[in-house]
Amino acid sequence: MAKYLPKTGIISWLTTVDHKRIGILYALAALFFLVVGGVDAILMRTQLIVPNNTFITGEIFNGLVTMHGTTMIFLVVMPLSAAFFNFLVPLMIGAPDVAFPRLNALSYWVFLFGALLLNTSYLVQQIPAMGWFAYANLTEKQFNPTHSVDFWVLGIQVVGLASLIAAINFFVTILNMRCKGMTLLKMPLFIWATLVTQVLLILALPVITIALVMISFDRNYGTGFFNPGLGGQVIMWQHLFWIFGHPEVYILILPAMGIVSEILATSARKPLFGYSVMVYSTCAIGFLGFAVWAHHMFTTGLGAWAQALFSAATMLIAVPTGVKIFNWISTLWGGKIRFNTASMFAISFVAMFTLGGLSGIMHSSPVIDTQHQDTYFVVAHFHYVLYGGAVMGLFGGIFYWFPKVTGRMLNEMLGKTQFWLYMVGFNLTFFPMHFLGLEGMPRRIFTYAPDMNWNFWNFCATIGAYITAVGGLLFFFNFCISLKWGKKAPADPWDGRTLEWSISSPPPEYNFAHPPEVTQLDDFWYQKYTHDGKRLPLAPERPFDPKSIHLPDQSFWPILLAAGITTIASGFVVSDHGVFISLCGLAITVGSAFGWAYEAP
Amino acid sequence: MSEQAHGHHQSTNIENRKFAMWVLIGSECFLFGTLIANYLINKGRSLSGPSPQEVYKINVTTLSTFDLLMSSVAMVLALHYCKEKSLRKFQFWTAMVVVGGLIFLGFQYHEFSTFVNVDGLGLSTNIFASSFYLLTGCHGAHVTVGVLWMSSILVTSLIKGEKWFNSEVIEVAGLYWHFVDVVWIIIFTFVYLFVYI
Repeated sequence: MAKYLPKTGIISWLTTVDHKRIGILYALAALFFLVVGGVDAILMRTQLIVPNNTFITGEIFNGLVTMHGTTMIFLVVMPLSAAFFNFLVPLMIGAPDVAFPRLNALSYWVFLFGALLLNTSYLVQQIPAMGWFAYANLTEKQFNPTHSVDFWVLGIQVVGLASLIAAINFFVTILNMRCKGMTLLKMPLFIWATLVTQVLLILALPVITIALVMISFDRNYGTGFFNPGLGGQVIMWQHLFWIFGHPEVYILILPAMGIVSEILATSARKPLFGYSVMVYSTCAIGFLGFAVWAHHMFTTGLGAWAQALFSAATMLIAVPTGVKIFNWISTLWGGKIRFNTASMFAISFVAMFTLGGLSGIMHSSPVIDTQHQDTYFVVAHFHYVLYGGAVMGLFGGIFYWFPKVTGRMLNEMLGKTQFWLYMVGFNLTFFPMHFLGLEGMPRRIFTYAPDMNWNFWNFCATIGAYITAVGGLLFFFNFCISLKWGKKAPADPWDGRTLEWSISSPPPEYNFAHPPEVTQLDDFWYQKYTHDGKRLPLAPERPFDPKSIHLPDQSFWPILLAAGITTIASGFVVSDHGVFISLCGLAITVGSAFGWAYEAP
Repeated sequence: MSEQAHGHHQSTNIENRKFAMWVLIGSECFLFGTLIANYLINKGRSLSGPSPQEVYKINVTTLSTFDLLMSSVAMVLALHYCKEKSLRKFQFWTAMVVVGGLIFLGFQYHEFSTFVNVDGLGLSTNIFASSFYLLTGCHGAHVTVGVLWMSSILVTSLIKGEKWFNSEVIEVAGLYWHFVDVVWIIIFTFVYLFVYI
């Protein structure tokens, strides 16, 4: 059947197994949820613009806090990173596709349906309102009798499954599908960042999976894992959540670090400074990321020894991170830097991430952390790393690879305007939050009294959020007009260093006409230039027949299997017939799994 | 059933699916690690009985452990005869894996129903019970998946006969089955045997 599926139109997108198309689907979904999470933020900032505001109620505010965090982490930064993994990993390592193309499609559809399941909570007005960390025992039925918590738990469970499937796929792809000559230390740094991210996902996700199952059991089957009244412990959730949650932080930032490394090397027209040290630092960050979770719990009374150890481990992470920052600066040092939108976003990543990193090191001291816990200082800190860091880096990546993906350039003037609106807006919103936090303004409050001395900085923060929103609108305008009328992109618009620039923009369905062979890091650059910078003549194109390349067939099973999995989950968010719905989902899942297994590839 | 993009070499010389199974096993280690840690933390925190010592029947569980170990032996033989292209023996030992898995699941059903009906230990009776059922139930679910997988391999081989000697698939399924077995050995040690220490 699969052979006769159309190559264009909506069916072709629903059944695609092409990593480039799946990457585009991930990006579109992530940008959609960026708008959703952004609206949450704007609503919250509008409520906080003046003291004693009555724009929205406290209950809705709690929902917005929860959904803003959840959306931005699980439905924006993770899938946007996944979009880059999908589009770039096979191209950068010189492969025709990922190791398991149909599993790749499955990850996307499971992610999308899980995200939609989570967002259905808006439609039925049962918005999760217990914070993105879902601390016990707020999640127990006693305190949240509606299905709001179930939406969150099942949504994250399904989205997490998507990430796990994708992680296994990319881990195998990177280690097993490299082109001839690409040994581990000749892989682009973005590929290394991706590899370490997949390891973190593979090892961190099962922990949250179990923790979420425990919530579901507590809520539906009367167990008391997180209920002290039944022998359980509230602190257990915090441990399980942060054993996942802290590696998750690096899952969010490492892909952006990889993107920035590629952009900076290209725009400085120099090799990445200290490449191998960058690789080791990335691995060190990944390793230490599992040893610091309890620094989120310093105020819970862990005891002196635990505090000392987790504090020391946290400070240790500053070492590989600092190495990276110095290497990025050294990459730029003495380079002929081109200031385009992509490189401006990348450079701002280094600056903003450093600010966020510095306030992070402050929190590694339990004494200081006790002062900052649950204040706006923490909000300022993690927005500097996740927004000033991850999101700015990802935007740099969008401007950098948009020509490769679409064959057209984004408008530079609009891009630079957006960049400056983002920089000004972002810093105006989040820098004052340091002051607010030190003055004692708690996180997650929906309003405050006028005599707290918080009025001015809150007003500034809200104006900053509006400026950022204008920048965001400008981006979507730029995105739409460039897609239609943007300047046609050549194969290699930035004079790039990695293999994806060696093929046309957009790349052909089969990626490489001839499997590439590399002999060194930045091999493509040295096909263009000698080691002392002289331009080399282009190698003549070799003839080939596109029909000689066999591509994996399209398939309906991934989307069906994903629908089955999500149907199982949705049985838990309804009041009646839940078991019946879940069993139907199970039947669809098992049926599609068998259909999949027996489908000729 | 091959999924990899065709005509491409594999940098590590390990077949993609086998590699993916090893990675999945790495992930599963953390899954069961979390469950076992949770059990060890909670087993002594119950506010009421029954306690582990009162319900475990070590003789029965030893028997089911032996059964699961033997199914792993059958798995090894199934792979061996698949590589030898000896159809009947391959099918026999594959069937033995399925039977071994089903017997284990039967033991588990018997154990759970004895706990619930005779000892009065339901899922939510106390925190020990909840942690115990979550851990062993998750393992049982893994055995069920393995049984379904091996049964479908058996059915495929019965339909396709001599044409189907896909030892790569058997190897991947074997890795999974042995892992599930190893996890049970760890559970048996930490859950059932440590009660006597």
